[in-house]
Amino acid sequence: MSKGTTNVTQIKRTESTAVGGDFVTFRLADQLLGIPVLEVHDVLASQKITPIPLAPHAVAGVLNLRGRIVTAIDLRARLGLAVRKTDDKPMSIVIEHNGEPYSLLIDKVGEVLSLTAEHFERNPVTLDACWQSVSCGIYRLDGELLVAVNVDRLLDFAVAAAA
Amino acid sequence: MDDLLSEFLTETAESIDVVDVELVKLEQDPNNKSVLDNIFRLVHTIKGTCGFLGLPRLESVAHASENILGKFRDGALEVTPEAVSLILASLDCIKGILAGLSATESEPEGDDSELIGQLNAYAAGGAALAPKVKAETPPPAPQQELDRPLKPGEVSLDELEAAFQAAPGPQEAVSETPVLDEEPTAKDNGSRAGSEAQIAVQSIRVNVDLLEDLMNMVSELVLTRNQLLQILRRQSDSEFSAPLQRLSQCTTELQEGVMKTRMQPIGNAWAKLPRVIRDLSVELRKKIDLQMVGADTELDRQVLELIKDPLTHMVRNSADHGIEMPRERAAAGKPETGTIRLNAFHEGGHIIVHVSDDGAGLNVAKLKKKIVSNGLASEAEVAEMTDQQVQRYIFHPGFSTAEKVTNISGRGVGMDVVRSNIEKIGGTIDLKSVEGRGTTFVIKIPLTLAIVSALIVKCGNERFAIPQISVLELVRASGNSEHRIEHIKNTPVLRLRDRLLPLVDLHNVLKVARDDEAADADREEFIVVSQVGSFTFGIVVDRVFDTEEIVVKPVAPILRDIQVYSGNTILGDGSVIMILDPNGIAATTGSAMGDSDQVSESDVVATDSEGRKETMLVFRAGTETPRAVPLSLVARLEEIPVETIEFSNGSHVVQYRGQIMPLIMVDESCEMKREGRQSVIVFTDRGRTMGLAVDEIIDIVEDHVEVELTSDRTGIIGTAVIAKRASEIVDVSHYLLKAFGDWKKGARAEMQDGANGRRVLMIDDSDFFRNLLKPLLTAAGYRVASAASASEALRMREEGQKFDIILSDIEMPGMDGFELASTLRQDGIWQETPIIALSTHSSPQHVDRGREVGFDDYVAKFDRDALLESLAEHLTKRGKAA
Repeated sequence: MSKGTTNVTQIKRTESTAVGGDFVTFRLADQLLGIPVLEVHDVLASQKITPIPLAPHAVAGVLNLRGRIVTAIDLRARLGLAVRKTDDKPMSIVIEHNGEPYSLLIDKVGEVLSLTAEHFERNPVTLDACWQSVSCGIYRLDGELLVAVNVDRLLDFAVAAAA
Repeated sequence: MDDLLSEFLTETAESIDVVDVELVKLEQDPNNKSVLDNIFRLVHTIKGTCGFLGLPRLESVAHASENILGKFRDGALEVTPEAVSLILASLDCIKGILAGLSATESEPEGDDSELIGQLNAYAAGGAALAPKVKAETPPPAPQQELDRPLKPGEVSLDELEAAFQAAPGPQEAVSETPVLDEEPTAKDNGSRAGSEAQIAVQSIRVNVDLLEDLMNMVSELVLTRNQLLQILRRQSDSEFSAPLQRLSQCTTELQEGVMKTRMQPIGNAWAKLPRVIRDLSVELRKKIDLQMVGADTELDRQVLELIKDPLTHMVRNSADHGIEMPRERAAAGKPETGTIRLNAFHEGGHIIVHVSDDGAGLNVAKLKKKIVSNGLASEAEVAEMTDQQVQRYIFHPGFSTAEKVTNISGRGVGMDVVRSNIEKIGGTIDLKSVEGRGTTFVIKIPLTLAIVSALIVKCGNERFAIPQISVLELVRASGNSEHRIEHIKNTPVLRLRDRLLPLVDLHNVLKVARDDEAADADREEFIVVSQVGSFTFGIVVDRVFDTEEIVVKPVAPILRDIQVYSGNTILGDGSVIMILDPNGIAATTGSAMGDSDQVSESDVVATDSEGRKETMLVFRAGTETPRAVPLSLVARLEEIPVETIEFSNGSHVVQYRGQIMPLIMVDESCEMKREGRQSVIVFTDRGRTMGLAVDEIIDIVEDHVEVELTSDRTGIIGTAVIAKRASEIVDVSHYLLKAFGDWKKGARAEMQDGANGRRVLMIDDSDFFRNLLKPLLTAAGYRVASAASASEALRMREEGQKFDIILSDIEMPGMDGFELASTLRQDGIWQETPIIALSTHSSPQHVDRGREVGFDDYVAKFDRDALLESLAEHLTKRGKAA
């Protein structure tokens, strides 16, 4: 599944103003999360990743995606979850942030869901601070909750670290 | 057409097109700051460029519209359709002038005062005048052309321009012009097309993105080619082999070609600067000298394009704000002519550009006031900042130190733009400024996208690339080989050719686990000997693979602050690996590389690595053993017809350049040729010329010369390995003595009351130099002692040995000459002893630094006359003082 390049300005607008839309869902330690479908460039099966000594904790390494060097972010590490078992091969969702490609390592990608505003809720105030900062809200699904992830905020730590 | 002008035309035309579009955007979205900034910058650049190209008409129009834009930016004026049309009108006017410029190479005559008046009035009074110019009004540019007598060439061009701009309206106006209107229009139309075509042929502007894509594609192609070749290697007899070879070759050529399209000497970006400086110095009535060093340093085209404007900005800033007026300079005790110096060089995978001036420097107190008044920081915060932190505020947007807005700079466009442009390409900029002494900007640009040759090494389970450029050599160390890693209190060191090499274990630097497949005792380790500045050290790695050409790609922003990496790359097998930066590795180990010293240290490097090599003239005379003499001592090589050689007063002589030149045989075993031509090496010393007759000149070799055996034979200093052969180094002073019995006397006489048994200590790590200079100094009447290192010299001081004067090399392993001099100056019995620095390099920075640390003089190693003179001078001075 490849969405190719997307119109970034359009995304920004839907992101900040509207609630709802199409989300690519994925699982991370049994939690269901979602990223707006227009932000997703690629979904990849397990890739060969070169680890980078001295890199920040959440950076899993770099990988070669059709001649482009992509920085892999381990979302489990980023969101403070337990380390993945070694024989579980992570999948990647490739997104772009400030013109740089990033690959988000996740456990498993799910289906694309169309979500509406009526199921939307703000973050519970008691939510973990780290999750607060990257989640733009929660969708109530049947029997499950989906955390909508704001990609820009997810990768803001990169900017903060680089500045 | 003048290159400068044609480039200006293409550039400005592009800028104007962009401004056109952006203005319309701005009109729709008046609060969009980035669009406004972009427009402002472009117009500012146009204005600036016009200024130094001497295009007053363009400049004044651009200046007036910039004023309005400036007010937009400051929020003093609102962005209204009227204002935008006014600016669009001024752009049209600029276009008209540009068209004339490209046709006639000079600014067409005309009067823009009406337009400028409108612009200024608008800038001053805001909307008051606005109604006069409605959005629909045809642009005033074509109108103003009517106010003057029209020459055929110009008319048609402007009219053409107008025809593009607007409907038939202006056409009617043109019909008022003289009779032959239609025809010249047509003709000129043709000639204009012709001249435009000409400009187009000179250069094709290709979008860098396209080149970028091309480069990526080629990288991919190279990768695929490599894979194919690997497959081919496994199949011994394949019908694919011939076509694949061909493909391989084409790919290589293609790669080189594409690379070449991207690499340009930095001098291209500097080409405009002498003129810029010249014009500025006239305009500002300052005297400015522009020095450019390292203009042939090549860098990526994209990078070059992006640093061009920042560099121009910086040089203009230096000229405008940095360099003071001649009178002020004279009052401050500086030469009236200020110097702006550009220096570019490669260093450890980066390109470093220094832009320095010897002007007023930054006034920290003034900056502080400005920071507070601009609300960038509170007074309390400012008080806590170091001078350098304060100075760095000049990179802040909207920060300009100029007292008034001048034509050249001072609108707050400048250093912030410079910084953002440089950071855009992953570079850094910093400055050092000393009030009253000047300012130096240091720009460090990574070699993004450039292909470099890199050594692939393994550490732990990962592979890394080290740019070949910073690798001096590779050493394999294991328990039972010649080289062995030894430890001093857990600090690993390696004995390498009688020197101790500090080692840095890459495992520790990167904090990766050791690959523990081999038992500890007889484990092999590889040491990559690298040089950073004047600091040589070894990087310990697990394995060394081969070298590979790699395409350097910048690391992601999140990794940019890890200083041990300078980039990353994709190898032939498709895997991504990190490129190590030896600079960063040295820095993480805290290895004596002071931050502030880095600049001067790096100056040393560029020269140092070559400085260690000596250029030797190798020849054969008598014996089979080649003999050698430093080329720098040789005046000329001659082939002299045997019949012109005469025998006089017991020796061979020849008439040479109106003088009698004695010919000396290297030793008794040699004979003068009987016929044909005799090879002669000519030496000159103090107006005397001597020829050394040799059998054959073999070669000129650049090599590391270490004199290994000292000879007791006269005329031979010792033996050294040159170009892999043991060669005898000839003592030139011996032959000079032989040729002129009074040579020594002459030398003595010249020393006046100097010399005569004065004690000289010579410190130089090179045996070669010690052996070369010692006979020379001895011949001049000095008693010479020598030391091979600074520490040996210090030992001699402790022993209480006394000398009248000290000669010291600068580039030495361990403690260098600068350090030694400052140590000696601090205390001890040699505190007052004059010290003369000897160096193969005597750049102004070296000399300055030398004087600062306490050297009395600075002499180039090979300049024996200067050395003898300097010795005598300082000994005499001291004698008188005592």
